[in-house]
Amino acid sequence: MAADVVIVGAGIVGAACARALARAGARVTVLDRGAAAAGTSAHGEGNLLVSDKGPGPELELATVSLRRWAALAEELADELGPRFPSVEHEAKGGLVVVTSTEGLSGLRRFADAQRASGVEAVEMGAEQARELEPDLAPGVVGAVHYPHDAQVQPVAATEALLASARRAGAEVRTGVEVTGPLLGAGGRLAGVVTSRGEVAADAVVVAAGPWSAEVAERLGSSIPVRPRRGMVLVTTPMPQRIRRKVYDGDYFAATQSAGAELQTSAVIESTQGGTVLIGSSREQVGFDERFRAAVPAEMARRAVAVFPFLAQTNVMRSYVGFRPYMPDHLPVIGPDPVRAGLWFATGHEGAGVGLAPATGDLLAAQLLGLDPALDPRPYAVDRPTLLETQS
Amino acid sequence: MRDVVVVGAGPAGLAAARAAASAGALVTLLDAADGLGGQYWRHLPAERPAGREGLLHHKWATFGELSDVLREHPAVTVLPSAQVWSLERHDGGIRLNILVGEPDGAGRQALVLEPDALVLATGAHDRTLPFPGWQLPGVYSAGAAQALAKGERVAVGRRVVVAGAGPFLLPVASSLLQTGATVVGVHEAGRIGSLARGWLNRPWELAGAAGKAGELAGYVGDLLRHRVRWRPGEAVVAAHGDGQVDAVTVARLDERWAPVAGTERRVEADAVCVSHGFTPRLELAIAAGCDLSSSRFVLVDDTQATSVRGVWAAGEITGIGGADAALAEGTVAGTAAAGGNAGTGTARAALRARSRARGFAARIEAAHGIRPGWTGWLRDDTVVCRCEETTYGRVREVVELTGSHEARSVKLTSRAGLGPCQARMCGRTLQELLDGPGARGRAAGGVEGGPAPTVDRRPFVVPVRLGELAALPATSTSRTATSRTASALPTASFPSASQPGGDRT
Repeated sequence: MAADVVIVGAGIVGAACARALARAGARVTVLDRGAAAAGTSAHGEGNLLVSDKGPGPELELATVSLRRWAALAEELADELGPRFPSVEHEAKGGLVVVTSTEGLSGLRRFADAQRASGVEAVEMGAEQARELEPDLAPGVVGAVHYPHDAQVQPVAATEALLASARRAGAEVRTGVEVTGPLLGAGGRLAGVVTSRGEVAADAVVVAAGPWSAEVAERLGSSIPVRPRRGMVLVTTPMPQRIRRKVYDGDYFAATQSAGAELQTSAVIESTQGGTVLIGSSREQVGFDERFRAAVPAEMARRAVAVFPFLAQTNVMRSYVGFRPYMPDHLPVIGPDPVRAGLWFATGHEGAGVGLAPATGDLLAAQLLGLDPALDPRPYAVDRPTLLETQS
Repeated sequence: MRDVVVVGAGPAGLAAARAAASAGALVTLLDAADGLGGQYWRHLPAERPAGREGLLHHKWATFGELSDVLREHPAVTVLPSAQVWSLERHDGGIRLNILVGEPDGAGRQALVLEPDALVLATGAHDRTLPFPGWQLPGVYSAGAAQALAKGERVAVGRRVVVAGAGPFLLPVASSLLQTGATVVGVHEAGRIGSLARGWLNRPWELAGAAGKAGELAGYVGDLLRHRVRWRPGEAVVAAHGDGQVDAVTVARLDERWAPVAGTERRVEADAVCVSHGFTPRLELAIAAGCDLSSSRFVLVDDTQATSVRGVWAAGEITGIGGADAALAEGTVAGTAAAGGNAGTGTARAALRARSRARGFAARIEAAHGIRPGWTGWLRDDTVVCRCEETTYGRVREVVELTGSHEARSVKLTSRAGLGPCQARMCGRTLQELLDGPGARGRAAGGVEGGPAPTVDRRPFVVPVRLGELAALPATSTSRTATSRTASALPTASFPSASQPGGDRT
């Protein structure tokens, strides 16, 4: 079916939706009030993770999406050629480490549950973990290795998906802000009014990350997505001493329920540029970008506790971004139940880069009436867990 | 009594500190360097003083008087080697996070200050446009060459070429001559036409800025005595050498600064010092939330107040006007920050001096401002970002392939600007290359009063070791600096830590 689709948001999720829709034959226009790959997608680390996800719909989406990324990185490189900036897909694996026996038992329970859902999660003693990461702190008592955790460079990945979408006929228009709905018969959404005129469409997909609530409101609907602030620290370049993504799993010492979602408090890794990235804080302070020294101080304490050698390493920059946070911790991928013609692909919090390919495929399949590879119901806008939070 | 913190101890900061103390405030003067004076009055350290320091410095007596007053004043605490690494804004005001001690040393002390009033006098560093070969050893920014000459009495080479734009080239050449180097030539990109329009169309301003004219005349005299050729309308368009500069190519420029084909000539030299103007150090002003002008200086009113309550700015971050303007602005800012009346006494005289100096600054821009034709001397293999070795050709290629003209995306896909200098060298160049010639307003990076462009945002003002960050107190404690007037320090405290926690983005 041919359709005119407007996508609001040129971040990683909008780009993945644009590519999937355009390749399936839709006429796609991507609009962004700013530049492409300039919001949440440009302020994270580009994590593709299964290690942080407990059994459930998000893990299912991640499992499909991570497999998809491995193939997609090659497809994009073939299509765009060797001069195009590499998406730097790297299946480097992840290692969750803990420094207390309580933490270790919590981590093991979590990994058991993940294994039951098909995740490869390898328990390790301290010595074995040190074989993988020789510079780990002496206090590390155990670890779980996740070979399938991977990484892309999120800005390059977004630009590559957009370039590929353009090759399939999509148009990307930046500096164009959606200001209101274009309504058709029976209140159906027939496009958008923008700062640069009207754009007619059969469907409008909101993929505006943490700004999606504002866009939904302008289009006469609502979505309970909120900004959640995060900071990443970047060190000066140095010879690489950290080989994988290494997470501080001591959160488990404070967690009682084995079913709780893993919430690590430090992510440490080297990049191809030689820097070390340290993520990542989490605060609900609206869209407030003001610097607070207490945040990097706490991140530094956690990083140094895992890799003591980092104490002598200089932080040369930090960046702060806003993740699209959903009250029930699941993205929304599907039609708006109120406003016909309005669709959502947002609310991925800190997992948008990893979940983007599967999100794009799932949204395109629903919108174009094709067979989705995954059951879309857990991600529906009117799912029970989301309705509860709104009532 | 008002607590006033002044950041930066160059001419503007020194004048601000003195004025604030005279107006009755308790003053803390911070500078990242280990002595007072800033770049303008950079000198040998106190433990090995030079007998005739004044020969290298304009207004050395002014500096001596200012620093004596500040050292002796009971209400002034001078804190050298103090690096403000970040600034926090909260509803109650401003908090400065400071590390005191040698940047490379082990024992830097953390200090937090929450002043009633803040005067930013953070100055500027010189800007160098890229050209083929500029990454070779032997190519210096003119500021670095001058710092070596003034601070270490070291000349950067034996046969030195000075090139770029602006009156700053003259004192740089003069410093080099005084340290024994041969200055082969001074090549000024501005052509006689624009120099004449900039300098001669308002001759009364030059008369008004008599101090400035006298200073320049002194430098010109130095060049004449040493028979140094000053050549307008020319630029160094390439540096050559195998691992070290041994020659440069000089070419004539047209009105737009585009090199004129066929005018190239080779000049033997073992060093080249280049400056094309100045980039203000805006990190703290941006972190404080100060509005910027379209040409990216801090916007201030008649009392040097910024758009943020409790924050004043003086000196080169408000416009490149030289030391006379900085001294005047500092006096006005310090008086106002202390709660005094900037319309009376010395501040009133300073206001008049400031307006003369501002006329001078406008003329510098008219005569020496960067023109878009300079990109004509770039080649595809010319390095734009020296930290990451990103070439001009690669930047253009990435823009063409991705279709993105936005600085953040192009930085992350080409790696330009991501290295240790954090785009301090190449940020503005990159933005001008992306915006294209002629896009003067956008090239300047923003709109009047608008948000700061991303290339100037650096929440970490200087690098900080993770160990130092980790050692910051997590709970609220009152801290003071150890100094003879510790009791006069502004209230200091540290914020309580956020709830630990994190997830993976």
